[in-house]
Amino acid sequence: MSDIILETRGLTKHYGGVHALEDANFTLREGEHVAVVGDNGAGKSTFVRQITGVEQRSAGQIFFDGNEVRHTGPLEAREAGIETVFQTLALADDLDVPSNLFLGREMFKFKLGPFSWLDRKAMRDRTLEALKTTAVKIPNVDNPIRNMSGGQRQCVAIARTAAFASKLVIMDEPTAALGVQETAQVENIIRGLKERGVPLILVSHNLRQVFDLVDRIVVFRRGRIVASVLRGETDGNDIVSYITGVKGNAEGAYA
Amino acid sequence: MSQPSAQPTHGLGGLKYDPTKKARAPEWNVLLALIVMIVVFELLNRFQGNSFLFNMRANVNSIFNVQRIDIMLLQVAVIGIIALGVTQVIIIGGIDLSSGSIVGMTAMIVMSFAQTMTVNGNPNPKGYWNHELYPWMYDLPVIVPIVVAVLVGLAAGLVNGLLIAYTKIPPFIATLGMMVSARGVSSWYTNGDPISFPTDTYAKLSNGDWLGQVTFGLISWEGQNPAVVFILLAVLFHVVMKYTLYGKRSYAIGSNEAAARMSGINVDRHKVLVYSIAGILAAVAALLLTSKNLTAQAGMGMQYELDAIAMAVIGGVSLSGGRGSILGTVLGAAIFSVIISGFTSIRLDAYYQEMVKGAIIVGAVVMDQYRQRRRARG
Repeated sequence: MSDIILETRGLTKHYGGVHALEDANFTLREGEHVAVVGDNGAGKSTFVRQITGVEQRSAGQIFFDGNEVRHTGPLEAREAGIETVFQTLALADDLDVPSNLFLGREMFKFKLGPFSWLDRKAMRDRTLEALKTTAVKIPNVDNPIRNMSGGQRQCVAIARTAAFASKLVIMDEPTAALGVQETAQVENIIRGLKERGVPLILVSHNLRQVFDLVDRIVVFRRGRIVASVLRGETDGNDIVSYITGVKGNAEGAYA
Repeated sequence: MSQPSAQPTHGLGGLKYDPTKKARAPEWNVLLALIVMIVVFELLNRFQGNSFLFNMRANVNSIFNVQRIDIMLLQVAVIGIIALGVTQVIIIGGIDLSSGSIVGMTAMIVMSFAQTMTVNGNPNPKGYWNHELYPWMYDLPVIVPIVVAVLVGLAAGLVNGLLIAYTKIPPFIATLGMMVSARGVSSWYTNGDPISFPTDTYAKLSNGDWLGQVTFGLISWEGQNPAVVFILLAVLFHVVMKYTLYGKRSYAIGSNEAAARMSGINVDRHKVLVYSIAGILAAVAALLLTSKNLTAQAGMGMQYELDAIAMAVIGGVSLSGGRGSILGTVLGAAIFSVIISGFTSIRLDAYYQEMVKGAIIVGAVVMDQYRQRRRARG
């Protein structure tokens, strides 16, 4: 099966005696959008942190793009093609939008080690382009993002992810702190990713959003994957039953 | 927003400023403060029948009071060069308390490589090296002390940077340690004796004028080397901070170190680089200072670190990192020297000068905080 972009086998994470994630088997196909849902502490964010290399797994295997991987940090995962929007925004407040978008992957007029000359115009142009394709509206990209609202900053973070998306995008609660219109904007970005065929893992509490956006829903409960259902074959009550443990056998579910 | 516009009105949180416009650079406020101060001192001087900046005598070829401006530039040049490094350190969210002591340490070591063998036909009475055993340590070409200075400054800066980056101790503690230790080195080097009588070429470093007489119409200025070096270094680092990766990384680290790390910036290595540059700049200041004074003393550069930090803070550099600029620090340095010269020109007692200087530093930070809070509230 060559169209599988990401697969985890028996992925497990223990924090001391706490089994935050237990034997997670998960697959994601090219172009597929999957939602990860579950109660607080169900293991969603732990699962994401293992894939993005923020933490090191206790046991299990991760296959990405055909190879088994063991990323030692988020940077390595990003270089491999996994772009992530973290719950805590990884933005520099005192920098303007282009500088934030290109933080760590600047464009240069000429290279001279740390004193390489930045190509600010090219980065600005690419930024405006990226904001246009992702339909993010920022009043003035030349202002430091400190002056912007929480929603605009979140949009910058998501635009950064979407602009550089290569093989896989992961969003952990991207709309948790946003207003209605900003949430709509983020959802549009996600639809844009779908059109471009970029696969996505979306961690969300918002079932309305989940049913609007994704192809498949994976439910976590007490550190285990308890269900993996296609959107068309389920409904909100069904998913809630899995989340709360009314339905579903915790043992051996294969996502 | 009274009229409907094409811009989305959502998410602006009722902010009063116009988000579609580029925010005004805070350096403008510093420049305004500088101009106000110059005008005030000019007026105060006029009441006493003098002028602060202008030439009151008719027979000289410049409309400006060149002597006063020269003194102001010299006052500010040495500490200003230190402030250029301190600014970069503060921008990455650090602090450097050791620069004054690095000046003292470098001054002593450098002077011992810059001495002349004979003074008025006699052996140098303050000679650091034994005249019989190490006669070749005298009358060295001027490049030797320059290289030594850069190496001493680099070493001190490296130690600062490595301590802060790899042991994760707070910069305040690391550079406080260096401040005490480097001062110790400068006293130990000669058991507290001064080192004097440099070679002519070394003395020319600060006492010469590479530019010669510079004339623009009615303005004429004999470029003094320390001021010229300060201006050149300021331009250099202004460009570096604004247009190169080094500057971008510095602001990113000071703004959000975790984000910088996550974006793949080697934060630790960058910190070492920034503290090293600050060390070298302090050493350059020591070179110019000893060359100007023709002597080095263990106490040289005492409290310069505080003046340098004050220049940066007055110039709008935020002690919490991420904000400020070299241009701001240069303007801050200008304000600093206007204060000193201004009070002297109206014959205010030196004690009062110190008191007012302190008040102005605190006032500048209070203004900055107020402005930030107001902007944050919208």
